[in-house]
Amino acid sequence: MAVALILLLVAIGSVLFHLYSPWWWTPIATDWSYIDHTISITFWITGVVFTAVIAFMAYCVFRFHHREGRRADYNPENKKLEWWLSVGTGVGVAAMLAPGLVVWHQFVTVPADATEVEVMGQQWQWSFRLPGKDGRLGTSDVRNINPENPLGLNRDDPHGQDDVVIENGDLHLPIGKPVKVLLRSVDVLHDFYVPEFRAKMDMVPGMVTYFWIKPIRTGTFDVLCAELCGAAHYQMRAKVTVDNESDYHAWLEQQKTFAELSGRNAVVRATYQSGGK
Amino acid sequence: MVDVPYDGIAGIPPAEVPDVELYHPKSWWTRYVFSQDAKVIAVQYSLTASAIGLVALVLSWLMRLQLGFPGTFSFIDANQYLQFITMHGMIMVIYLLTALFLGGFGNYLIPLMVGARDMVFPYVNMLSYWVYLLAVLVLASTFFVPGGPTGAGWTLYPPQAILSGTPGQDWGIILMMASLILFIIGFTMGGLNYVVTVLQARTRGMTLMRLPLTVWGIFTATVMALLAFPALFVASVMLLLDRLLGTSFFMPSLVEMGTLSKYSGGSPLLFQHLFWFFGHPEVYIVALPAFGIVSDLISTHARKNIFGYRMMVWAIVGIGALSFVVWAHHMYVSGMFPQFGYFFATTTLIIAVPTAIKVYNWVLTLWRGDIHLTVPMLFALGFIITFVNGGLTGLFLGNVVVDVPLSDTMFVVAHFHMVMGVAPIMVVLGAIYHWYPKVTGRMLNDVLGKFHFWVTFLGAYLIFFPMHYLGLLGVPRRYFELGDAAFIPPSAHSLNAFISVVALTVGFSQMVFLFNLVWSLFRGEPSGGNPWRATTLEWQTPETPPGHGNWGKELPIVYRWAYDYSVPGAEQDFIPQNQPPRATRAAQGAAS
Repeated sequence: MAVALILLLVAIGSVLFHLYSPWWWTPIATDWSYIDHTISITFWITGVVFTAVIAFMAYCVFRFHHREGRRADYNPENKKLEWWLSVGTGVGVAAMLAPGLVVWHQFVTVPADATEVEVMGQQWQWSFRLPGKDGRLGTSDVRNINPENPLGLNRDDPHGQDDVVIENGDLHLPIGKPVKVLLRSVDVLHDFYVPEFRAKMDMVPGMVTYFWIKPIRTGTFDVLCAELCGAAHYQMRAKVTVDNESDYHAWLEQQKTFAELSGRNAVVRATYQSGGK
Repeated sequence: MVDVPYDGIAGIPPAEVPDVELYHPKSWWTRYVFSQDAKVIAVQYSLTASAIGLVALVLSWLMRLQLGFPGTFSFIDANQYLQFITMHGMIMVIYLLTALFLGGFGNYLIPLMVGARDMVFPYVNMLSYWVYLLAVLVLASTFFVPGGPTGAGWTLYPPQAILSGTPGQDWGIILMMASLILFIIGFTMGGLNYVVTVLQARTRGMTLMRLPLTVWGIFTATVMALLAFPALFVASVMLLLDRLLGTSFFMPSLVEMGTLSKYSGGSPLLFQHLFWFFGHPEVYIVALPAFGIVSDLISTHARKNIFGYRMMVWAIVGIGALSFVVWAHHMYVSGMFPQFGYFFATTTLIIAVPTAIKVYNWVLTLWRGDIHLTVPMLFALGFIITFVNGGLTGLFLGNVVVDVPLSDTMFVVAHFHMVMGVAPIMVVLGAIYHWYPKVTGRMLNDVLGKFHFWVTFLGAYLIFFPMHYLGLLGVPRRYFELGDAAFIPPSAHSLNAFISVVALTVGFSQMVFLFNLVWSLFRGEPSGGNPWRATTLEWQTPETPPGHGNWGKELPIVYRWAYDYSVPGAEQDFIPQNQPPRATRAAQGAAS
C-alpha cells in the first residue's frame, strides 16, 4: 500500500534525519547546559509522540483503506479512551514544563556576585562598557549622546568616569565568573545574540534589559543581532572573547576609560581651537 | 414491525428566525459584481485572496533565491529582501489565510451548512467584500509608491518600523497601516454576519450540537477575530499617529541617524503586547477553521463518524478561549517583566492538551474506517503530519527557557510555516478539491490533483523540516546574507540552496493546480449534487451549484447530526442530515 508506506517513511526519515544530520547546536560556552538538557527532554517526548501518531495513521491507511464491500464501524465516542489520552498528554506536557520552569527560575535569578557589563546597540554596531575600579557603572541617558560621548554617559556622575568604554570594538569576558549583561539601545530594538552562550535578550530603547551567564570555556565567538533593526541588520556584528584570568587583565589594561576618552577629546578640541599649538 | 414512514417533526422546535424574502438581483451587475449572495461573495473573496496570495508566493521565490544563492542575483538588495519578507508574511497571514477561511469558506459554507437562505445581513456582507478589496488594493499599491513597501517585518515593531533606517519608511508603512485598518473594518462587517447567521438563522432542527465541525471552527474563529482584531486596530492607529503627528505612544527618547529625535516617553513593548494580543489568537483564527474543515473531510472520506464529536467541539471552544491568555509567549526575549515567563509558559503548554485531543480524534476516526484515498483525503493526511510536526515544535518555543536559544532563529521560521502555513494550506487545498464540485458542478481532475498533492506535501516537508536544524544550529532569521560566522559550516549553505530548489519546485507545482481549476471548469467530469455521498446539508441542495436562496421553496428540516456514516442497518453508508428517521429507528431509540 504505497500511501501508507510513504507516510511511514516520512516519520522514519524524520527520525533518521534528526539522528544523522550534521546540523546541531554549537558547542556551549556558558554553564547554560541546563537549557540544552531541557531541549533534549523535549526532543525525546515529542519525537516519541510524533513517530507514534504517524505510525498509527499509516497503519490505519494500510489496514482500513477502501476495498470492495468494506464498511466502516459506527463508533461515536469512547469516554474512557478519550480521558486516558488526555491524562497521558497532560503528563507528557508536565514532564517538559516542569524542568523548563525550574531552569527559567535559574535564568531569571542573577547571582549576587555577578559583575556587570553593559552592551549598547545602535544602528548598526555594538559598543561595550565595563565598570572601573569602583565596580559600578555610571548613569547614562540617550539625551547626552553626541560625537564625543557616543554612549551618552552622564559627565557629572563620578561612578562613570572610570568606566571602560569600547566603542564599536570587541568584548572580552573572564572565564568562570558570573556576568550580568546589561542591555541598552539608543535607537531601535536589537538583540545581543551569541549562539554559544544560549542566552539572549532584546535591547529596547528607553529600558535596560539583562541576562546573566557564566562562561566556561575560552574562545572567540560571533556576536549577531537577532532582532530586526533595519536595512543593515545582517551586518551588525562584533566578537566576544572569553579569556583566562591573566589574558583578560592584560586586555583590560589596554582599554580606555570614559575620563581618558573625554580628556583626550578635550585635548584634541583645545589643540584645534588654539590653531595646532 | 411495519416500517411506517415517520416525519419526526413534532418534537423539533421551530427555527429562531422565520424564512425571509431575499433581495433578488435585477441585473448582471447586481447578480455577479455587486452581489448580495453569500456564495458569489465567497467566490469574490476567494479569488481576490488567491490573487494577492500569488504575489506573496512570488515574493517567497525571490527570498529563497537570495537565501539559497546569496550574491548571485544582483537585482535583490538588502532593502528589497526585507520588503519581500514583510509583504510575504503580512499577505499570507492576513490577506490570504484569514480572508480565505472566513470570507471565502465562511461565506460559502455557513448558510448552506446551517440550512439558511443567505447571511442575515446580505448588504453588509457585500460591503465587507468591497472594503476588503480596497484594503488589498491599498496594500498592493505600496509596491509602486516612492520608497516601496515597508520592510519592518510583518510584526511591524516600532521604533524601527517608522524610522529612517528601515525601507518603506515614508509611504510604505503609512499605507500598510491604512490597509490594515480597512481590512479590520471590512472583516468586522463580515464577521458579525457569520456569527449572527450561525446563532440565529439555523434551520429547523439544526441544534448547535448538530452543526458540522466546519461551522464550529469558522464560528469560533470569527468570534475570536472580532475580539482580537480591535487590538491590532488600535495599535495601527497609534503607530500611524506616531508616524504622522509625532505622538509618542510607542516611541521613547531615541537617536535617529545620529541626532536626537523629537519622540519621548513611549513604550515599544506596549506595541508588542497589543500586536500579540491580536497575533496569537490570529494563529487560531487560521487554525480553527482548518481543524473544523479537516474533521469533515476525514469523516466523509473515511465513511465514518468523527470520533468524539462533543470533545471536538469543546476542544475548539477551549482552544479559542485559552488562546487569549498566551500572547506573551511571543515576547519571552522581548525584555518584558521576566516573571511573566512562568505564567505564559504554563498557559501555552496547557493549550497542547485540547490540541492533542483533536489530533487523536482525527486518527481514531481513521481506525476501522473505510478510507477512500481521494485527493481531499490525501490532503487531510498531509495536514495531520505537518500539523503534528509543527504543533510539537510549538512545545519547544512555548516552554520559556527552551525558547531563549531558539527565538529569532530559523527554528521559529520553520515552526510557524509548518503549523500555520503548510498545515492550513493543506486543508485549504483539500477543501477546494472537496467543495469545487458543489461550487461549479464539475469534478477537479484526479490525476493532476494527486500530482499536486504529492509534490506540495513532500516538497513542503522537505523545505521546512530540515530548516528547524538550521535554527538549532543558531542561524538567525530575517538575514539578507549570513556572511562570515564561524559557527555556520559550509554544509548549512548547501542546505539553504537545497531548500531553495525544492521551494521553487513546490511553487511551480501550484501552477498545475491553477491549470486544473480553470480546465476543470469547462472540461471536468460533471459531479452531480453529492459526489462524495456526504451527509451535510450543502450536498442536499435541490440544484448544483445551489441557486439564489439555496433551498427552493421549503427550507430543509434537520433530524440528525452531521456524521451518520456507516450506520448499522442503514441501506447506504451515509444518511443525510435532512433525511427523516423511520419509525423503526424511532422505536429503537425510544426503547434504548
